[in-house]
Amino acid sequence: MILTFVEHEAGVPEDTTLEALTFARDVADQTDSAIEAVVFGDEGPAVADEVGAYGVGAVHAVSHPDLDTYAPEAWGESVSQLVDELSPEAVIAPGSDRGHEVLAHTAAKRDLAMAANCLEVEAGDSYELTRQRWGGTLLEHARLSGETKLLSAAPNEISAEPADDGGEAAVQEFEPDLEESDLRVQISSIEESDEEGIPLGEARTVVSGGRGVGSPEGFDKLEELADLLDAAIGSSRAAVNEGWRSHDDQIGQTGTKISPKLYIPCGISGAVQHMVGCKGAENIMAINTDPEAAIIQKAEYAVIGDLHEVVPELNEAIREETGQ
Amino acid sequence: MDVLACLKRVPETGAKIVLTEDQQDIDTTNLGFTMSPHEECGIEEAVQIAEETGGSATALTLGGEEAKEQVRTALAMQADDGVLLEKDGAEWDPQNVAAAIANYIEDRMAEDGFDLLVFGNESADAGNYQVGVRVAEQLDLPIVTSIKDLEVNEEAGTVTAEREVGGGSEVYELDLPAVVAVKEGLNEPRYASMRARMRARKQTVESVPVEKEHEAGLEKVRLETPEKDEGTAEILGEGPEAVPEIMRVLRELEVL
Repeated sequence: MILTFVEHEAGVPEDTTLEALTFARDVADQTDSAIEAVVFGDEGPAVADEVGAYGVGAVHAVSHPDLDTYAPEAWGESVSQLVDELSPEAVIAPGSDRGHEVLAHTAAKRDLAMAANCLEVEAGDSYELTRQRWGGTLLEHARLSGETKLLSAAPNEISAEPADDGGEAAVQEFEPDLEESDLRVQISSIEESDEEGIPLGEARTVVSGGRGVGSPEGFDKLEELADLLDAAIGSSRAAVNEGWRSHDDQIGQTGTKISPKLYIPCGISGAVQHMVGCKGAENIMAINTDPEAAIIQKAEYAVIGDLHEVVPELNEAIREETGQ
Repeated sequence: MDVLACLKRVPETGAKIVLTEDQQDIDTTNLGFTMSPHEECGIEEAVQIAEETGGSATALTLGGEEAKEQVRTALAMQADDGVLLEKDGAEWDPQNVAAAIANYIEDRMAEDGFDLLVFGNESADAGNYQVGVRVAEQLDLPIVTSIKDLEVNEEAGTVTAEREVGGGSEVYELDLPAVVAVKEGLNEPRYASMRARMRARKQTVESVPVEKEHEAGLEKVRLETPEKDEGTAEILGEGPEAVPEIMRVLRELEVL
């Protein structure tokens, strides 16, 4: 059996969880195993309604009187106790903040190896797997061994697909045996963001600037373009390091990952760390003075020219066309 | 407060990653080295906390002799002490890395100890997302990961840590001593002046030899650069003359 860690919002599984379930099904098919899921919170039945279609036969709904919010160590301990009870051959989590955090606790508690951000698995006594390094710019072929294989599925890489023979998932309650120390870390409060505008990670169109913008003021015309296109504005790490933009705007391996329909990088050369952040973009339209720039090689559309000349004229043309 | 921040030496990759012939590593013949970006913020945070509380900041890495270069960068950023857990040979798996770091800290905890341990959320190169958690578990300390805001309350003996989530942030409060795994954006790392670099070059970096504890459960077999469909960009034109073509594409993609 393969146990999958489900993240959900009010009973609706996150996209990365559906991807992880699809990934888990591939592994399960290879070893002729069943898929079951572990869910925290009171929404076990609601989650079961959703994940049955992905081939999950049973949902283990974890509840405990002292467990009413996210508590990474307690969750990791609970998963570990489920492993004792169910002896799954593998535990698979989405490659998210919580997925990695919970799985790492389980791994440490059981002294098991763990492989993060996997793309493919060839399951046997040990797992021959492909995983992401450098945020996905490099692939690693690795061997994962241990009594229970612990792995996360790389987010936004596997397309989530329901099973051909999906059905209903049964719900089984599970109450872990938790000590006070397991609960020492948990969410104490949640703060709402006061940021205005479209969040970068969710925007349908993104305009961004890099070293080629040249100054903080240089971003004014890009802001204008973003306004005209109802787009979010981003930047490269270089522009953040120069102090022109805040880190919240940074697109890349150590910044925000975007997946818009159109991405318009201006004056960005396209270092691998930046490309990792925008590989989810459907279309890239690069504006750059250097026809040899890496970003041009990876773009669908390219404009060879100085953004300081191109963007103001473009803004004018959009204003004329849309009457803004 | 005494803070320990861990860092990793990684190559400074450019627009293209080239592998060695045996596909075991990145070819670094023409590359410089740096520390992972998350960890640079970890060092900065440690130094700031030490400055505010009149304590100390220690920078630690596990690696070969050459990794002293990055420890010295941390010293130039005003860390007080530097430690190299010195290993030789190829890359270690995360379980062995965590065990070696935790063993060292355990010894130190018996003496003067640390109030706070800071890790990068994941290394820029291997990206295993687990070393900090494993160290915390071995030392039986509380840990929270993916942190982009940190505030120490020395009097209350706590640290408040925030994690960004869609539309806001989750707030965690941990009793000290504690462990945090941080992300870039936590702060703006200072630029080490030439003078500070010169001074750091003369400082001693404590070197402690370490051995692997057990067989690797996660073994690297080989690396591969993913295939990319490159060079297919449709050139819309040069300079402002491209604007009509840009407008056509914007219309086609329905973003206007």
